[in-house]
Amino acid sequence: MAFAHEQLERYSRHIILKEVGVRGQRKLLESRVLVVGAGGLGSPAALYLAAAGVGTIGIVDADVVDLSNLQRQILHSTPDVGRAKVESARETLEALNPEVTVQVSRLRLSADNILDRIRDYDFILDGTDNFPAKFLINDACVIARKPFSHAGIIRFQGQMMTYVPGRGPCYRCVFENPPPPDAVPTCSQAGIIGAMGGVIGSLQAMEAVKYLLGIGSLLTGSLLTYDALKAAFRKIPLPARKNCAVCGERPSISAPFDYAQDACVLP
Amino acid sequence: MRLIVAGVEKEYADGLSLTRLIELEKVATPQYVTVSLNDAFVESGAFPDTFPRDGDSVEFLYFMGGGR
Repeated sequence: MAFAHEQLERYSRHIILKEVGVRGQRKLLESRVLVVGAGGLGSPAALYLAAAGVGTIGIVDADVVDLSNLQRQILHSTPDVGRAKVESARETLEALNPEVTVQVSRLRLSADNILDRIRDYDFILDGTDNFPAKFLINDACVIARKPFSHAGIIRFQGQMMTYVPGRGPCYRCVFENPPPPDAVPTCSQAGIIGAMGGVIGSLQAMEAVKYLLGIGSLLTGSLLTYDALKAAFRKIPLPARKNCAVCGERPSISAPFDYAQDACVLP
Repeated sequence: MRLIVAGVEKEYADGLSLTRLIELEKVATPQYVTVSLNDAFVESGAFPDTFPRDGDSVEFLYFMGGGR
């Protein structure tokens, strides 16, 4: 199907890139990305994916917009305080690009629903704020053979990695098991500089777009870290763990399961 | 001996264990850090008995939980 004049104009800066072109832009329009968490990471990620013309964007989040979110969660504005984040996100993304289908689920992912939620998507983006959710997404993506971008941010630091089935380590290879609740601080306890979500969330969108287009090198087999105070990025090689409980040679985890939620993320 | 720790080459005493290195480098939440030595993970139980050698590269990988 040929592009309409308006589409050619909207995506002209993509189409002119030899790595994208008309064919690449069509791929993006036919792609489906699930963003888990419409917060600090999910906001910039979803905005850039929608602007890029990723045809279907899923947003999963159970929470409502709080005034303290607005320092970094740029999908939401002041009049949205008290509204469901997924509704606010849908409105913002549809206003940015009406061509994009936004599928929202107001729920918290759990072992019972995650495989159903990720099934129809080409790429998953982890924008959650707690370890049980990060391990759940990792395990489900490994089991369902879905590529995903992991990221975490705190204070002036951020880090991220990309998992692609059959290509390198998963999140559990690196960290094995979640730390006990409250052993490691989260954003609400330790603080987060607002633009950090913008830096790392945008890089997650970049990983998704590169994966969908099949271009460049992904952050598979490496952890990208960003220290804002030192203005320093590092790319740390990550080995796979042969005895990883979910992606190793003899995995003991064959279905997603829930860890107890961190107390600090409960509403 | 010279070690490359988190990308920075520095002089360390010979015979240093990973446990001692974690202390020296003031690693935050040392009981939850993941360590790779020359691009291979070291089991945390093996830290006291693992002695990096001259020229080795050590990385500390930290839990980072925030996102929303």
